[in-house]
Amino acid sequence: MQQEQSEKALFELSNISKQFPGVKALDAVNFRLFPGEVHALLGENGAGKSTLVKIMTGVLPKDSGSIQLQQQEISPSNTAEAQKLGIAPVYQEVNLLPNLSVAHNLFLGREPTRFGCIRWQQMAEDARQLLKRFKLNIDVTESLSHYSVAIQQLVAIARGVAMNAKVLVLDEPTASLDSSEVDTLFDILRQLKSEGIAILFITHFLEQVYQISDRITVLRSGKLIGEYPITDLPRGKLIEAMLGQELQQVTGEQTEATEPAKREPLLTVSNATVPHSVDDVSLTVNKGEAVGMAGLLGSGRTEVCRALFGIDTLKSGEIKIRQQPVTLNQPADAMQQGIALCPEDRKTDGIIGPLSIRENIALALQVQAGWWRYISPEKQRTLANQYIESFHIATPDSEKPIEELSGGNQQKVILARWLAISPQLLILDEPTRGIDIGAHAEIIKLIKSLCDEGMSLLVASSELEELVAFANRVVVMRDHRKVAELQGAELSSQSIMHSIAEV
Amino acid sequence: MNTETSHSFAERLLKSRYIWPLAALLLMLIFNLLLDASFLDIHFDNGRFYGNPIDILHRSAPVALLAIGMTVVIATGGIDLSVGAVMAIAGAVCANLLVATDVSLFTVLVAGIASGLLCGLINGALVSYMGIQPIIATLLLMVTGRGIAQLLNDGQIVTFQHAGFSWLGSGTLLGIPVTIWLVLLVFIISQLMLRRTALGLFVEAVGCNSSASRYLGINDRTVKLMAYLLTGFCAALAGIISAADINGSDANNVGLWLELDAILAVVLGGAALSGGRFSIPLSLLGVLIIQTLNTTIMVSGMPSKLNLLIKALAVVLVLLLQSDIFRKQISGLAGKWRHS
Repeated sequence: MQQEQSEKALFELSNISKQFPGVKALDAVNFRLFPGEVHALLGENGAGKSTLVKIMTGVLPKDSGSIQLQQQEISPSNTAEAQKLGIAPVYQEVNLLPNLSVAHNLFLGREPTRFGCIRWQQMAEDARQLLKRFKLNIDVTESLSHYSVAIQQLVAIARGVAMNAKVLVLDEPTASLDSSEVDTLFDILRQLKSEGIAILFITHFLEQVYQISDRITVLRSGKLIGEYPITDLPRGKLIEAMLGQELQQVTGEQTEATEPAKREPLLTVSNATVPHSVDDVSLTVNKGEAVGMAGLLGSGRTEVCRALFGIDTLKSGEIKIRQQPVTLNQPADAMQQGIALCPEDRKTDGIIGPLSIRENIALALQVQAGWWRYISPEKQRTLANQYIESFHIATPDSEKPIEELSGGNQQKVILARWLAISPQLLILDEPTRGIDIGAHAEIIKLIKSLCDEGMSLLVASSELEELVAFANRVVVMRDHRKVAELQGAELSSQSIMHSIAEV
Repeated sequence: MNTETSHSFAERLLKSRYIWPLAALLLMLIFNLLLDASFLDIHFDNGRFYGNPIDILHRSAPVALLAIGMTVVIATGGIDLSVGAVMAIAGAVCANLLVATDVSLFTVLVAGIASGLLCGLINGALVSYMGIQPIIATLLLMVTGRGIAQLLNDGQIVTFQHAGFSWLGSGTLLGIPVTIWLVLLVFIISQLMLRRTALGLFVEAVGCNSSASRYLGINDRTVKLMAYLLTGFCAALAGIISAADINGSDANNVGLWLELDAILAVVLGGAALSGGRFSIPLSLLGVLIIQTLNTTIMVSGMPSKLNLLIKALAVVLVLLLQSDIFRKQISGLAGKWRHS
């Protein structure tokens, strides 16, 4: 708002194009950043956001176009070079070294030395001073992995700032933060902004865009749709810009959660307890019902999912499937009972990165069939192509390694993997985390249609509106315990929020 | 999606993972043919084939067996440093049984193989159930294994006379050394087991991401354990043919440093030490490269003190050939050169 058109951009990318095999990822895209602004870069899956960020931070070379920092043409060929120039990236998945101390991470590569030896005391002291600006009062000599993702993210930002960054690139920094952590982050961003740092902000939480951003640039399918001051682009218009004609699907009819008729229970959990993670939880999922699970990070949502899939074993309590008590000691046991789980952390627990889409989809079915009944590559391909088509997975063919897909497409592959074994109970842990709005809408639609087909679903999510949109009932978790179960008229995002917050 | 079919044969060949190891092997053979036009000649004498190609295959048999097991262990994200020592143990077990008892040949072989499987079981249990780093877990047996073999042999070289057992190391079948048949047999069986069932896919899944494999219901510990059992089996067989070849068990020297040749062969085949995708045929190509190199150095009459140096240089060259980055830079340089 404060910068006028006459003012020179601090960082300017013009006519950037990038071709990938089979896809034009970026087509003559322009992007400008002014000092002291937060600029949101938005677009749905495969719009080209990540590619653009990778080009400006030197991870990928551009095919054509120019990058100017303070009117100087630059072409960083790796992140270290970009950082030296003052462009500091903070990625979706924190890319620091978890085994080193917080202080060492902050000063990695430019440790204070004397006679060639690192001055650890000095480094810790500098780190404390630096983190004071971020109101972060932690033991800097502790290893980074000791802290939550939120703190790791702040450390990554602090590292960027300490390297005299002029441009801070934040790719989904809030994806794994809870709301108070987001507030802290935003306070810091505002402070950095007032110091004249230009901030590029990528997120799929649209409300956060309106909380913090000054301007918005929208990309769609590798093309620039436009650059708008925040005041000119209300939410409806923004979604329209991001999705084009697909708007209808997203806002969708808020389907009235149909009152479950007297359905028979598929899953009954009574007094389930897992030491340190699940405390005396009871819940029921009926046939053809979608049950939501709400709660903050660490409330026990994920832990319940893990216990139901046999990853953690119960210390006490009982799980019944179709009224029969079962023991779930390992995922194979759960799969035997017709249970499938799309885990929360897609990268470490979901995708098998270097393997192809075909293999990633066929694996669960193969595990179920047993190792001696091999599903031939041809059959795997037929299976995969079926899902690629019906889920609109953006890929030239089924042989592409899954790690090269965007988050939303990866999630679709993981969903396809589990649907291939036709589970009776599908557990989804944060199915739309780190996925942007187009794929988000598709996945929600898919969940609804699965439910209509009679599959039972248990969905843990931190997006309350999403839960309200498709769940028949919502179980609210807090401190590893179930604190409420809402359904029918009492089910709304306000009531869920109320239950989460209540002391 | 139909574009796949439009790729020409040459294009597919260039993209194939076989092209660079094959090119390296061919280059070496051409070099040898230039030195000695009869290098590849094979002749038939006294009911068996003779010639450099046969010799290379025969000599590479122990490393080939080791490389088959090593490929799978490396694919799971592990490594097995103990295979050389396991060769010594299996050889010692067989030699002592042959000398001290008159049990049947079958029992001797079963005991030899069983000793290797036991070693594999120990390695596998340490890695997958105790969570010890593979390089450390197998280092234990690499060091102690040779000691155990020396204890079995009472510090001596144990020699034996047993025609049936010796046949495994130096005999022929249809004119071709038995060792080559054994490698072929183990190769075919392992290839069938890994590629005609889902085991290979499970190994790759565990090697790429063991956590995600667990969430898929794959028992990653069992998969890893099986891989170490396989290397134990292969090492025992390699130990048996090595002992059979010299009619004795030399615990100090048999299989010495061969674990490194096996690892090198897997790497020459283009596999990543971090695990994941694997190909046994490519690893065997790597074995042939190493053995051809050894033979080349031997027959070309280069001073023997240069052997190790030349081998290292050749290996670096082959690895560079396989590096995309290196090839790009070379073709970039060549391009500049042509322009100027």
